[in-house]
Order: sequence, then C-alpha cells, then structure tokens
Amino acid sequence: MDAVLVLEDGRVFPGRSFGAPGERVGEVVFHTGMTGYQEILTDPSYCGQLVTMTAPHIGNTGVNDFDPESIQPQVAGFIVRSYSEHYSSWRARGSLAQLLREYGIVAISDVDTRALTRHIRTAGAMRGIISTTGASIETLLAKCRAAPPMEGQDLTQVVTCPEPYHWTTNSVPFTPPYPNGPAQELIFHVVAYDFGLKRTILRRLVDHGCRVTVVPATTPPEDALALNPDGIFFSNGPGDPAAATYAVATLRSLLGKLPIFGICLGHQLMGLALGGRTYKLPFGHHGANHPVRYLPTGRVEITSQNHGFAVDPDSLPAGVLLTHINLNDQTLEGFDYPDLQCFSVQYHPEAGPGPHDATYLFARFAKAMAARRS
Amino acid sequence: MPKRTDLHTILIIGSGPIVIGQACEFDYSGTQACKALREEGYRVVLVNSNPATIMTDPSLADATYIEPLTVPSLERIIAREKPDAILPTVGGQTALNLAVALHEAGILDRYGVELIGASVEAVRIAEDRQRFKDKMIEIGLQVPRSGTATTLEEALAVVNQTGFPAIIRPSFTLGGEGGGIAYNMEEFRAIVERGLDASPVSQVLIEESVLGWKEFELEVMRDRNDNGVIICSIENIDPMGVHTGDSITVAPAMTLTDREYQRMRDMGLAVLRAVGVETGGSNVQFAVSPTDGRIYVIEMNPRVSRSSALASKATGFPIAKIAAKLAVGYTLDELPNDITRETPASFEPTLDYVVVKIPRFTFEKFPQADQTLTTSMKSVGEVMAIGRTFAEAFQKAWRSLEQGRAGWGADGRDVIEPERLRERLITPHPDRMFYVRYALQSGMSVEQISTLTRIDPWFICQLEQIVNLEGRLRAFDLATIPPDLLRQAKRMGFSDAQLAHLLRVPSGPQRWSAELAVRQRRLELGIRPTYHRVDTCAAEFPAYTPYLYSSYESEDEAEPTNRKKVIILGSGPNRIGQGIEFDYCCSHAVFGLRALGYETIMINCNPETVSTDYDTADRLYFEPLTLEDVLNVVDVEKPDGVIIQFGGQTPLKLAQALEAVGVPIWGTPPDAIDLAEDRDRFGALLKELNIPAPEHGSATSWEEALTVARRIGYPVVVRPSYVLGGRAMAIVYDDAALERYMREAVAASPEHPVLIDRFLEDAFEMDVDAICDGETVVIAGIMEQIELAGVHSGDSACVIPTYMVAEEHVVTMRRYTEQLARALGVVGLMNIQYAMKDGVVYVLEVNPRASRTVPFVAKATGIPWAQLAVQCAASAKLFCDGQIFYVNHPALTNPRRYRLAVPSIQRFHVKEVVLPWSRFSGVDTLLGPEMKSTGEGMGSGATFGEAFAKAQMACGSHLPTSGNAFLSVNDRDKATLLPIARDLAALGFKLLATSGTAAYLQQHGLEVKSIYKVNEGRPNAVDYIKNGEIALIVNTPLGKTSFFDEAAIRRAAITYGVPTLTTLSGAAAAVQAIQALRTGQWTLMSLQERSAEV
Repeated sequence: MDAVLVLEDGRVFPGRSFGAPGERVGEVVFHTGMTGYQEILTDPSYCGQLVTMTAPHIGNTGVNDFDPESIQPQVAGFIVRSYSEHYSSWRARGSLAQLLREYGIVAISDVDTRALTRHIRTAGAMRGIISTTGASIETLLAKCRAAPPMEGQDLTQVVTCPEPYHWTTNSVPFTPPYPNGPAQELIFHVVAYDFGLKRTILRRLVDHGCRVTVVPATTPPEDALALNPDGIFFSNGPGDPAAATYAVATLRSLLGKLPIFGICLGHQLMGLALGGRTYKLPFGHHGANHPVRYLPTGRVEITSQNHGFAVDPDSLPAGVLLTHINLNDQTLEGFDYPDLQCFSVQYHPEAGPGPHDATYLFARFAKAMAARRS
Repeated sequence: MPKRTDLHTILIIGSGPIVIGQACEFDYSGTQACKALREEGYRVVLVNSNPATIMTDPSLADATYIEPLTVPSLERIIAREKPDAILPTVGGQTALNLAVALHEAGILDRYGVELIGASVEAVRIAEDRQRFKDKMIEIGLQVPRSGTATTLEEALAVVNQTGFPAIIRPSFTLGGEGGGIAYNMEEFRAIVERGLDASPVSQVLIEESVLGWKEFELEVMRDRNDNGVIICSIENIDPMGVHTGDSITVAPAMTLTDREYQRMRDMGLAVLRAVGVETGGSNVQFAVSPTDGRIYVIEMNPRVSRSSALASKATGFPIAKIAAKLAVGYTLDELPNDITRETPASFEPTLDYVVVKIPRFTFEKFPQADQTLTTSMKSVGEVMAIGRTFAEAFQKAWRSLEQGRAGWGADGRDVIEPERLRERLITPHPDRMFYVRYALQSGMSVEQISTLTRIDPWFICQLEQIVNLEGRLRAFDLATIPPDLLRQAKRMGFSDAQLAHLLRVPSGPQRWSAELAVRQRRLELGIRPTYHRVDTCAAEFPAYTPYLYSSYESEDEAEPTNRKKVIILGSGPNRIGQGIEFDYCCSHAVFGLRALGYETIMINCNPETVSTDYDTADRLYFEPLTLEDVLNVVDVEKPDGVIIQFGGQTPLKLAQALEAVGVPIWGTPPDAIDLAEDRDRFGALLKELNIPAPEHGSATSWEEALTVARRIGYPVVVRPSYVLGGRAMAIVYDDAALERYMREAVAASPEHPVLIDRFLEDAFEMDVDAICDGETVVIAGIMEQIELAGVHSGDSACVIPTYMVAEEHVVTMRRYTEQLARALGVVGLMNIQYAMKDGVVYVLEVNPRASRTVPFVAKATGIPWAQLAVQCAASAKLFCDGQIFYVNHPALTNPRRYRLAVPSIQRFHVKEVVLPWSRFSGVDTLLGPEMKSTGEGMGSGATFGEAFAKAQMACGSHLPTSGNAFLSVNDRDKATLLPIARDLAALGFKLLATSGTAAYLQQHGLEVKSIYKVNEGRPNAVDYIKNGEIALIVNTPLGKTSFFDEAAIRRAAITYGVPTLTTLSGAAAAVQAIQALRTGQWTLMSLQERSAEV
C-alpha cells in the first residue's frame, strides 16, 4: 500500500506503508542509532513524534518480548528507508510490522530518509503527517499545520502510569553480568516519578540494589515521601518540559529532602525547579553515539540521547556544578547540586538502546542513598 | 593531554612485501601514520622493504629506508637515525613481531628507543593464544574450549577434550597460515604437523569448533585517558570457519539487536583494557551462537589491520591516522573529526548506508590448489561497495570484482553444476554465492539454504528479493519496461549490463553497445544515480569531505566544482599481476596533477589502498570501475580529462568505450594501446621501424593456432591478448600441448584472440620504462632480469643498472624505445620488454601505460616518474639537457629538474619477488610464464651482491654464509652449474648432489657427496632438509618424470625455510650475494640522500 509523508513546510516524501493504515500527525525527528528500533518505538519519550531511523534496514531482528521500554509502541509514526519483513534473531517472536499493526501505529518505508534527515538538519524539527489514505497533499498539509507544535505541549500525563506499581526485576538475563554483577539484595527504596519511564531505567536501578515504586506523574510530593523512600527518581518523558509546570512544582518541593536523580525530562524539570530555563534545540539529539565529557575526570562517554529541549547552563543558580557537556555542540548534559543532594543528566545512562558507558551514575545514586542512611 | 614534546624522531616500520594476508592496507595505514606524525612536527624515519608502496615515497618521511625488515637491518638504521620512539602498529604483524624481536634482542634498551602505540606485553598477550584465552576467562568472557600443543602427542591429548570438528591454529603466523579444520583423526594429524611446522615457535592451538556460528568484528579505539570507542561493527556473511579475509563481510552488523550489540561493545572495550592496549586501534573478533546468542571472543589484533582499513573506508573515520596521533599522547576528544570538522573524534560513526566487502581470489593461477575456504586465508585482494541497501551494495561489489561478471549473476555467464548444488552450498568456496542464487532460482527455501550454508537467513532473504525482482524484469524488454520497475532495479543495484541481459537487448557493433542502450533508455527516463557523502554521522552534521558513493535516491550531494578537473581511474581489487604498484601510480597521478593546479577526482573500489583515502585526491568516488559507473561520474563531474594509463588493465579495458562516447582521455590515445596489443598492426609497425621481434602470429581457433605455430616453429609462447600478469600464458613445445592450451585460453578471453610468439630459449630479458610527451622520450630505467626468458617478468628478480649487458645493446634498447614511443604517440608512461639472444635485441612486448616496475624504478633513480608522466598527459613538455632533464608546464613556476644516473649516488638495486606457495598446499613451486608472485621486496647496495642479498632478505629468504649446499640440475644445466659449484666450494660450502649432478661435478674435480632423490631410498634429500642439514638448494627442473620428486624437495624447502634457487642465473647471483654477506658489506643510504632532483 502506498503511503506518504508530508512535512509542514510542504515537502513530500512518498513511500510504502508497512504499519497500520490511517493518518497520524507528529513532530518529525531522526534517530541515528544503528540498532535498537524496538526500544525506540516503545520509548514513551517519543510520544507525539514521527521517528525517522537513519539506519537503512529496519526490522531485521523482528520484535521480541524482552526489549520493549514500555508495554506498547509509543511513537506517533515510524519512517524507514527499507523495512525487512523477514527477520532473524533467536529471540524474535514476530515481525515489526505485526507489532505496529497490532497497536495501530502508522509506518512508512522506502522513504529517502537521508534526504529527510538532511532537510530536518537544516530546516529544524517540524510537524509532519503520515497517511495511507490517499488523501490529497493539500488536505494532509492542512491537517499537519493545524496540529499543535511540540513547544508548549505537556505530554507527560498522556504516557504516565495510571496507578503506582512495584518493580524488582534486574537486567539479567538480558545483559551479561556487570564487572561486579547485579546486586543481590535490594537495600534501597526508590520512588520513581513516571513521566514516560523506560523499563531499562528500572532494571538498572534494581541492578544497583533498589526496590522501585513507580508512581504516576501527578503524585503529590507528600504522598511520595509517605512511601518512605531512600531516594526519588525523575524519569524521562515526552514534550516540552516548560509545559509540565505541575511536575516542576513537585520536584521543587522535594529538593533537599533526600537524594534525587533525574534523567532527560527529569533533568530538564530539575533545571526548571532550580530556577533555570529550558529551550528547544534546532533538531534535537536522537542517537547512540554522542560524546559527552564528564568534567570531573575529563573522560568521554559515548551516550544514548533522545531530547529536543535542553537546559540553559547560564540560567542555573550558583552552587550548581556542571558535570557533563556534549562535545558535538557544547550543550549541557548534566549537573550536580550537592547542597540539595540532587543530580541529573540530559542523556540516557541506562542506554536501551545505546552504550553502557554511563552506568556509573546509577551507582552514584545508590551511594548517595547509602550516605543518607548512615 | 596534548602531544608529547619529549619525542623528536619516530621510526615507522612498514609491512614488507605484499603477501596473502598482509597487503596494501598497511601501505594505507603507514602512509596515514607518516602524514599524521609529520603534521605534528615529528621527524619521521620510515623503513620498509617494499618499493611499490606509496609510504616509501621520499616526500612522505624525512628519511626513508628501503631495507630488509630484520633485526640486524633495523639495528643499523636505529644506530644511524637515533629515533626516540618506534611506532610498530601500522605495519601489520611483520612490524609488531619485529618490534618484539628488537626488544628481546635488547636493541631498544641499548639505543634508548621507546615503543609507542603498543607495549611488548600487549603484543605478547594478543599473539599467544593461550595467554589471550586465560586473560579473557579472567575478565569473565567466554572463549572456545581449547589447549595448546607443541607436539603431536600433546595435540592428541587436547583434541580428546575439545572434540571434533577441531580448529587448528598455529601461533605467530600470518592470516592463519598453516591452520585448518579437522573433521577426523587423520586430517587432525596432518594439519597439526603442518601447523607445528608453520609456527615459528612450533606451537598450535587446538580449539572447540564454532563452525557455523555467526562471526562479527569490532574496530575499537582507545586513548591514554581510557576513552574507548567502537568505530565500526562488521558482520561476516560467511559464518565461522572461513577466515575473515576470505569472507564476504558487511558493515554495519545487520542481524544484532541493540542488546546483543551493546554486550559485544562492552566486551570489545573490556578486551582492549585486559590486553593492555593503551592507545590505538584494535580489531576484536567474536563468534555468536545463532541459537542462543552466546558470544565467544575469538581473537584480537592490537594494531591496525585489514579490517581496520575496511572500517576506515566504510565509515570515513581514519583509524590509522588517529591511532598515530593517540600514540604520541593525544586523546580522542582533542582530535577533530576531519569530515564534520566541528565534532571531535571521540564518537562512534553511524552509517546510513550499507558496505559490502567481497574478497578476490586468484585460484585460476593455481589450478592444483584446493579452493575450499578455511581458516587459512587464500584471497589476494578485495573490493568494497557502498549502497543505501544491502542488495544495492552487494550487487555493486560483485561487479567491482572484475571477474567478468556484471553483478551477482543475471548476466548470462553462470557456470553452475546443478548436481553439485548441495555440496557447493555446504562447503565454503569462492563461487558459493552463485550457488545460493541458483538455489533460490530453483525454488529452494530460504530456510533450507540457510541450514546448508549456515548463512544468516536475513541475508538470504535479501538475496531472494534480488532474485524475485530479476524474475519480474525478465517479463519486459527495453521498450516495455515500466519506468518505476527500472528505477527499482537500479535501486537494487542491477547494472546496465545485467539489465541488457535480462531485457534481452540485442548486442550491437561493439561489446558495450547493449549496455549503452540500457543507459540511453535510463537517461531518457531521467533515472540517474545520486551521489551521497560518507559523512560518519548519517547526515546529522554537514560533511566537508567529498567522499562519495552512488545510489538511486531523490537528492544529489555531489556538489561538483567549477575547477579544472581530471578524473583518475584506479586499479580495482588487488590480484596477482595487478597490485599495489598501480595504486602507487594512481596516487602519484593525483600528486602530479595537483601540482599543476587541477582538481583531482579518484574512482576506485579497493578499500585497502592509499588512493581511496579521502585525503589523497580532492574528491573520491568509491565506485566500481565499470563503464556504467565511470560514465555516471563523468556525467556529474564533466572533467577536462580522464586518466586511464595508471590503473593497469582495469581502466584500459574501458578506454575504447570511453573514447567512443566522447570522454576526453588524456595521455597516450587508446588507439595506440590497441595498436600495441594488436599483433598484426604492431608487427607491421616493427617491420616499418626495422626492429626485430620474435616470429609471431595470432589465432582465434585451434586450426589457426596450428598454422601459426608450424610457420614459426616450436617452442612458442601463447597467451590471450589484454591480460596482465601472464594470465593463462604458457610455453608450448608441441601440437598436442597447443591444442590443450587453445581449448582453455579461448575460454579465458573470448573477446580477444590468442597471441603466439616464437619462444627465445635461454635469452636474457630486459625491461625498460620510459616517459614521453609525444616527442621527447626520457628513459626512466633499464632493468636486467636475473631469471632467463620463460619466467614471467613479474616473477623474475631484476637489477638496475644492468650489470651483464653490453653497452652497445643498451644503446640499441634506448634507440628502439625512443622510436617506438614516438611512433605510438606515447604521452605518459610506457614499458617495453626486450630479449637478447645471440647478440640480437628483440622487442617482446610494448605496453604504452604504467607498468609494475614504475615504483621500483622511481626508488632506484630517485625520480617520481609517475608524476612526471601524468604531467605529460596534462600537456607538460619534457626537455633534455645532457644528463639533466626537466618538465615544463604553464602552471609550474619552477619546473623540477632531475639528473639521470648521478654518479655520487650510484648504487645497485635489486627487486625480488615473494610467492604464495605456503598458502596453497599441493602446488608446485616452479616459476613459469604465468605470473604467480604476490609482491616484491627491494635491496640496494654498493655492489650487486649486497643488493641481491638484501633483496633476498626482504623477501624472507636468508642466504646462508656456510653449510651444505644441495645441487640437483638437469643435464643441459650441468656445464653452467660448474662455476657456481666451484664458487660455493671456494666459499666453504660442502656440496651435496643427486647422483647425476654429483658425478658430473666429481668428474670436474669437485668434492661432492651424492645423496638419494626421494624415490631412490632413504635418507633422501627431503630427509636432509627436514633434519636441517641443508642450507642452500640449487634445483633446476629435470623434466616430467622426476616432477613429483622435485616438487617434494621444493615444498620441503619452503616449509623449512631453506633458500632455493630454481634457475642458474639466480644461483650465480646468490653466489655473489653470499660473497657480499661474508665480507659484511652493508651500506645504508636513505632515499632522500639519493634524490636526483637538482
């Protein structure tokens, strides 16, 4: 079945449908990772986005039961150069297209994804519409332009869990032992605010000795504290952080009370809670190869990234230590506020997909919780 | 951390002659390292024994030595140049082993030289398989069960634990040489014995088989700040059991989930840390179980490698250059990514295209060799192709190989034995992919094919799509094919030539007519390729480097300039007869044209080369060298000229077609090339010029051949026209042999006739290289071949200057060369082969193009001939003023001036060859008219003897200065042997000989011990060799009856490393060399000291 991608600036990319039939509008972003499409599809941070994979062959390893980052695909739509219906992996249980159709996700293949990526790189992330309906380009363009832009959108409440739940599963057997092996005992209790939480983060927390209670995004801070946690985690998630004002307020009232660790949206919320400012990047960082310098040691980590907004380092108050810098564009990737026992990173130390270079941050969180106890 | 300032002079060790398993990828890495270190202000001293390399060009280092890569040789250079450090990681295993040997000999300590880029300990761990495995187990990684053995008994004990099939890998050998897979005890014993012999430390590793597991490689880099990055993942389509050098490989990995890939990435980094690679690049190989994802670490190389060259070309990340900079103290984040400029080198390249590498085999040269692919590498070269999809890259790679195929089949040239289908799928073999195609066509399922081949079904599915599309295409002809379908075919990598076959386009007046008809139709429909940049970042950042590949997408990124520009066509995959020498010439063509202000554009598909480095030419198109692909680039670039004379036969084959469609070809006109190849036209020219040539003729059938042979008389030399390296060339003594030959040779080259020449027995051969601007001729060099006529010039040792040719004959050769250059209208390089017999100089062959000897002549004379030649092609003029000559061109403000034959730097230069015998068991080692050598080494000295001795050493043959010499020659050679035997005796050698030879020498008063031939009893000559009682062998062919006897002797000699001379001229030269060695003569002079520029 033919499909088409129309961008808000009028550029049209023809292709073939390989997902569910229909029409979906979203913000078009590109991801440069060469592996991990299943994790990307199911990462709630991509809510509302049409994700383009720059790697040309997608679908090669099918889908399996172990790699999803949430219970279902989360992207608004999926754009690839060449979809492989035939898959090969000892863990696979079905094809990617089956999964997409099952969940009603539109997907388009045979798109010149390199041209699309070059376009986004120069023109910036923009809205687009994928359609398999055969509607006219004019109609699609009008629909696309009528959709709200990503800036100003709070999508966290779309993807958060409806009820609190507990998580105690570690990374094993999906990943081989870390040098020291995952912790045997779950000695810390962490409350994780779910703004679109990835499962890999939960597994990493468990690997580092944490029992996790995941709570909905709107959980009042006092309810979280009533669970008597050793630390609070602020998760990744979709949308414009500045629009999630309720979450900023929650975070602000928790600051200083116990160790807090934030990742991605959680990092942006922390920046805002500390009085900083966030801004939209031209086309965001979506990939698994971004070099980040950890300033205390000078070492470079290859990181997994997925964000369209960033924290302006100049807007942060005195006392905040900048800890991580992106070496491609010098944007802020992490900071630490020792006085308030909080730290956060813009990138994804949990990986899923991506390299494991920054796993140490989970150990650091555990150490902070241990220090608080003693 | 910034670069180190305590180092001033750094010695780089090259990898020596091209051999199977170690080819021009190390010229690429060495060249990058030289440039990188000089850019940082270090004084670079380079040593390599291979004159054909670009790295040994005097402009690339401060002091360049073409000297043997041995410990004593290196010590002399270290003593002379006093380097502060040695970088041993860019010269393959040769350089690493040499560095360890220098350390063990105490030389590094004695001269205060530091090893940078690798530590002795890291090299030892990586190379000693047992220590490596122990280390892996220590850090929690899995390895195949295994054990080492130094005797057959130990080996048998190990295999009882590990079971069959068993992999046997000898320690410290190149490319897995001497190893293999044993399925039963008998094979096991045989392979272990061979492996123990091959290993210089007599050690083999016996390993649990992981045959059929998926094979992956990671190219990992690490800096002294412990920053680690993966540059590239490579997936081997051929699963475990086939050497990665012989596997078809793909980058990036296609069949791993992120979890599996990241696990492998963690392991790769852990391996480097555990082995102790502090800085630089390493290759780590993994086996992955297709059924449960278990990962075994197989091996690692703590240096740049063939795979890292491939990874560099596949990603645009210059591994060797960055490794050199890391070795002098930089960290990855301090170095910029050249391609994006604004981002650092501390990142992991991401690909939005697919790269396919296919090895190039040369089994046609070794018909007796077993073509089964195993863990011992047998390929001599490779091609790489880039496409937006696997199918596109795969098809492009097949047509890049230049084996007469227009792609992966679909060209009407399949040679399939249907009854062998299953066997051909099961057993890895160079043609296996064509059987996969046949299997798909005949309806075998993807699962079945995957089960038989153990190739991952994902790849088979991709191939199935190609086959399916082919089926759809066959339903149309050129007029009826729907444009969308044609575009789809192009997107799947189908070539115009394949489409011409599938659409049944009638062949036209020229062999390229049908292909051009498809092209014409395609262009009418607006279906043209788009060019895309290899940018390391999947278009996330702008790319500043015009490193391009074609696809059929919607947007073109070529952005051609308006400058004056020239396209240089490269030489494609390395093969025997066409190798690194031509890449040297092409790279120099770039340098020469750049000096004249032209924009240079390279087209080539060989990932091992310097010419495909993105900073060699101004623009690089990594594309197949076919008519279609070249014309597509010409369409985009609209060059002022195209240079075809530097890349060997590859571009020459395209010359007529390119000219016919109006492409501006610079230099010698294609018609002159055709004239030189056309025996009738060329014969007429020689007659007109009154230049003697052996009687000759040409034939397209057996009957014609017989007529010609009877006219000119046996013996005759027969060969197909338009070949390099004496492919299918033979000396034929009678009608029966001629008939046999005609049946094979006509198949070898159907489009051209067979050439038949009178064979001049016992003639001396000479090789002359010259350049010409159309009028003025400058003789670059006259080489005297040490072997007599009958041995291919590419396999013969040769010397500059000539040392046994009378001056009058030299004068004659000069005169003929000048006459022929002018008569042919040569503009650029030419090469002429002469023979001398009974005082007459004959012209054997004229090649109005760059020849294999150009880099050797350049090094011997200190003049960059290829650059001057290309400048002639760009309308420069040559001027001669006595012994001084110069090149003038309007773009040159100061013409460079050179002096020919400068007395103060006059030395002897010998080129010797290396032969791949040890790779092919069961192949006789005799030299003949078909070229079989893979590479060459050069020796220079104050005397012929010194130069010859060094050249032998350069090629791994260490002439003895004492011991027993074993002599066995045919009756005809006995008289000539006598003075050689006398000299050997006078040098103190004890003489051993077979009965006939012994009797003859005894009659002439020499003391000789007679020993048995192999079939005469024990102990025989082979026993003496195995017992180490023979130091030197002189053995000329005795004739057909004793063939197997001699072959056994020669093979034993190779296995045990005993220098063997199979011609008496070679033996005479060896005697002089031994004399030089006995006197300790060893002179050193860098190329820079010998520059002829004035």
